[in-house]
Amino acid sequence: MGRSAREAAVTALVTALGSLWGLFVEDASLTLGILVWFAIAAFALPALGLRDARGGAVLFLLLALVLLENVRRSAERQ
Amino acid sequence: MSWAHVGTVIVAAFLASLVEFVEALTIVLAVGTTRGWRSALIGAGAGVLFLTVLTLAVGPALQRIPLGSLQLVVGVLLLLFGMRWLRKAILRAGGVIALHDEAAIYAKQTADRISLLTSFKAVTLEGLEVVFIVIATGARGLLAPAALGAALAGSLVVLAGLGVRRPLARVPENALKFGVGVLLTAFGVFWVGEGLGYPWPGKDLAILGLVAGFSATALLAVAVVRRSAPPAWAGQPGRRR
Repeated sequence: MGRSAREAAVTALVTALGSLWGLFVEDASLTLGILVWFAIAAFALPALGLRDARGGAVLFLLLALVLLENVRRSAERQ
Repeated sequence: MSWAHVGTVIVAAFLASLVEFVEALTIVLAVGTTRGWRSALIGAGAGVLFLTVLTLAVGPALQRIPLGSLQLVVGVLLLLFGMRWLRKAILRAGGVIALHDEAAIYAKQTADRISLLTSFKAVTLEGLEVVFIVIATGARGLLAPAALGAALAGSLVVLAGLGVRRPLARVPENALKFGVGVLLTAFGVFWVGEGLGYPWPGKDLAILGLVAGFSATALLAVAVVRRSAPPAWAGQPGRRR
């Protein structure tokens, strides 16, 4: 494979990965908020004995707060 | 497996896929109108073929993964995907960012020197999102209903495109994305909860509660955005906030 072909392949790969990344990540703080939410759901709530019927409501409320805070901050930044 | 769950999967896949099909069809229409239908349809067909191979390759592999792990991974990805859509739809509805303009895409495409690759790329990229939606919404042994929902959406959009052959600017895209974002987010939370072993009240019916909850949250978020966003004159010289 020639150098130009390799460069084209790398460029295509980077573009494809960038497109894939863009499917899920647009605002870094929102992504971080979701990952923190996931960590709380996976570790903190079970440790607090909340992996029961109440846990689902807590999961919803925490994620709703993440969304509300993110859009509020985004609106203020504009 | 209840009919309510199957129906919800079909509706979710239908609505989510509809958005992607509309975007892809807008570009394919532009290519077909300006460069001829042959290259546009070859490009679109190649994209569909590529996606079919990808789906056949990935679908069975997903079904061999333990259900809990699959729900966790797909749930988190669906959340990232759905929350991104929902956030953008909220900011658009709140007037913070401009509405997505399909007419502008059409005008740009008609002005450009468009090739077969444009059509291929549009179908492939938008179609990848459809494949993800089908796999995600149908991951619990419901690939067929999810695929049915996506196929119905694709057929509807293709028929609409054939019928009007016009830019799809009149489709209320933001309202669609708003609803899709709510559905994907609700599914994402449900699956993450299931994958982590949380018992949902009412089991699958909890999805409807999550949809209602996230709909209310999103509407509240639009109001918050409208209140939080600086007024339009804030950045103008000689004005004070």
